[in-house]
Amino acid sequence: MLRLYFKIFKTGMLTEKLPKAKPAHEADQAVEQIGHALKTVVDRRFRGSLAIRQVDAGSCNGCELEIHALNNVYYDIERFGVHFVASPRHADVLMVTGPVSRHMEAALRHTYEATADPKWVVAVGDCGVCGGEFGVSYASCGAVGNVIPVDLTIPGCPPTPQALLQGLLSLCGRS
Amino acid sequence: MTTRGIDGFGLLCEKFESQGVATRLYHPDQIPPARLLEINPAGWGKAAETAQLQQWRWCGVWAEDLEAGLTVNACLEHQGIYLILRTHLPDGQNSLPSQAPHYWAADRPERNIQDMFGIRFEDHPDPKRWVRHQAWPEDVYPLRRDFPVAGRQTEPTPPDSTYPFLKAHGASVYEIPVGPVHAGIIEPGHFRFQAIGETVLHLEERLGYVHKGVEKIAEGRDPSSLARLAGRVSGDTTVGHAWAACLAMERAAGIEAPPRAAFLRGILAERERVINHLWDLGALCNDVGFAFGYYQFGRLRELWVRENQACFGHRLLMDRIVPGGVACDLTPDTAKRMRQAIVALRKELDELITILDGNSSLEDRFLGAGFLSPELASALGAVGFVGRASGQSFDVRKDVPYPPYQQLKVRVPMEDQGDVSSRFWVRHKELRACLRLLEQMLDGMPAGELVAPWLIPDADSEGFAAVEGWRGEILCFVRFGTDNTIGRYWPRDPSVINWPALEKLTLGNIVPDFPVCNKSVNASYSGHDL
Ligand code: SF4
Repeated sequence: MLRLYFKIFKTGMLTEKLPKAKPAHEADQAVEQIGHALKTVVDRRFRGSLAIRQVDAGSCNGCELEIHALNNVYYDIERFGVHFVASPRHADVLMVTGPVSRHMEAALRHTYEATADPKWVVAVGDCGVCGGEFGVSYASCGAVGNVIPVDLTIPGCPPTPQALLQGLLSLCGRS
Repeated sequence: MTTRGIDGFGLLCEKFESQGVATRLYHPDQIPPARLLEINPAGWGKAAETAQLQQWRWCGVWAEDLEAGLTVNACLEHQGIYLILRTHLPDGQNSLPSQAPHYWAADRPERNIQDMFGIRFEDHPDPKRWVRHQAWPEDVYPLRRDFPVAGRQTEPTPPDSTYPFLKAHGASVYEIPVGPVHAGIIEPGHFRFQAIGETVLHLEERLGYVHKGVEKIAEGRDPSSLARLAGRVSGDTTVGHAWAACLAMERAAGIEAPPRAAFLRGILAERERVINHLWDLGALCNDVGFAFGYYQFGRLRELWVRENQACFGHRLLMDRIVPGGVACDLTPDTAKRMRQAIVALRKELDELITILDGNSSLEDRFLGAGFLSPELASALGAVGFVGRASGQSFDVRKDVPYPPYQQLKVRVPMEDQGDVSSRFWVRHKELRACLRLLEQMLDGMPAGELVAPWLIPDADSEGFAAVEGWRGEILCFVRFGTDNTIGRYWPRDPSVINWPALEKLTLGNIVPDFPVCNKSVNASYSGHDL
């Protein structure tokens, strides 16, 4: 047990300050713009605390790895009052990845309906934003926006935790 | 190829003959490293029965809709020899004896072919649909040539509410449906538990939710585009699948990646293994409420992921493997950096493992949970760390080595208790073995080209590859069409084989232990559903 405490002590605080967003190109700027428009709303309605329900609607699971990374000690997303919840009933935001597979289409709609208003949908990853490598086919509906209304898109394959954070922070108004 | 192996293969051919299974053996160069044996459709089931008695492991099945008609291929392995059985269905025939009565692992893959190609498997023990939900009707088959990639459905897809799950009856039996949308950040799938009190009486998996039509949308791509798609079959195995696809395409084209590229591929693959093992060791701790382990292993993983970005330009190493070679290189600086990180990780592991070892609460939850007996693992042909934690030693890197592993000393650690604890420790040992492999590759890195010039393969050239991904054996078959385009792509993720193991190893455990049992297998949904 002592060893355990010693290791915790030795590891220390690793959580990093977030660099200011630098919109590198137009797509990023668009994200920023939507983000800032939402910031005002969320500040008022959520008092700076945001509950996210993540939904994998058909991703290759790469995006999930980076979303998970948001919880590691370096990014520690909870410090911003952002937390992942187990039920859409508890969520303010649906964070949806993947091209929406047709087999997940109904489940995604139901999850969207189950989320209490007001709600925001963030489409994550190139697949969620535009269909990515999978596009639209007999098995895939493509972008999340083809199935439910989307408020914010975070492109990347997969987007880095930093890109995710910047997207989210603009949403919850703490950046 | 070992002499013993040739004996095993020769013996099987003899048995086929004595069993009246008509065969035709192709030249060994037809689809190396596998041997190709054509058999008549009537002998398809008998062939499986015979091979099973000779202890061949069943690895996968795929079909093709060729000009000449429907073709079915099954892949078997024994003593490091891959054997592909092939049969052509005569015009108008769309059924074949099932291999599932002899091989448990064939159950779902055959149902998959039934859904995708409309080939029926006679005497299949459970012929209900598998990958098909409601996105296309029962009588159309997406992988047939006449099926348009866009499909024909214009309405929103309804939920799949009519799947015939097994029903349990009895006074105190109750059912728990879970999914497809789970409570965590995890892929979608459905689990149907029947429980008495807290004890799981029966578990049925229902997958196919993330079916994205990978095989169909692969058709007509050029090699680079297929490599990108392969890298997204299962995002956590981007290196493994891209490597398998590129190797299969290179073999079809008759080229070989330069030695330096092979070593770099090895480095990328071992780094992918390190990162996933670290992540899962932490996640296993988390699933039994040991947050310390979760954060510590997560921290180490993040460090390695960042190093991927710094050394190779992508955190998860996507699109670093390309047809003919690699799209990244190693400099003396990055090599030095990696060596230092290896030394540092070893030291961290020493510290962490001592702490974990001394923590009885961890042992209490891991020991005996999710037991998969060596007999079941062998009957299933379980691969990767799931197999190796239950006494199945197969590892492509050692048993059917491909460059660069032919030049390396590959150590394959084993456990035989078959529980969550075994799967935890076998992965820890593999992690250590990876670090040694990485050092060997950094030491022996040859100079030279990174990409071999591409040769356009003849129409109909086929290629087969097996590589050891972090979850286990990945198989890939590629057939080229005309003009350098892909005619058929069949990736087989190890999850296809290992998913059924979870159903069995969960039995008798309590429902709250399911997450840790599931995590200890950690099969890919995306890699399975395609
Ligand atoms: S954006 Fe990339 S990582 Fe995310 S689901 Fe699509 S292919 Fe996978």
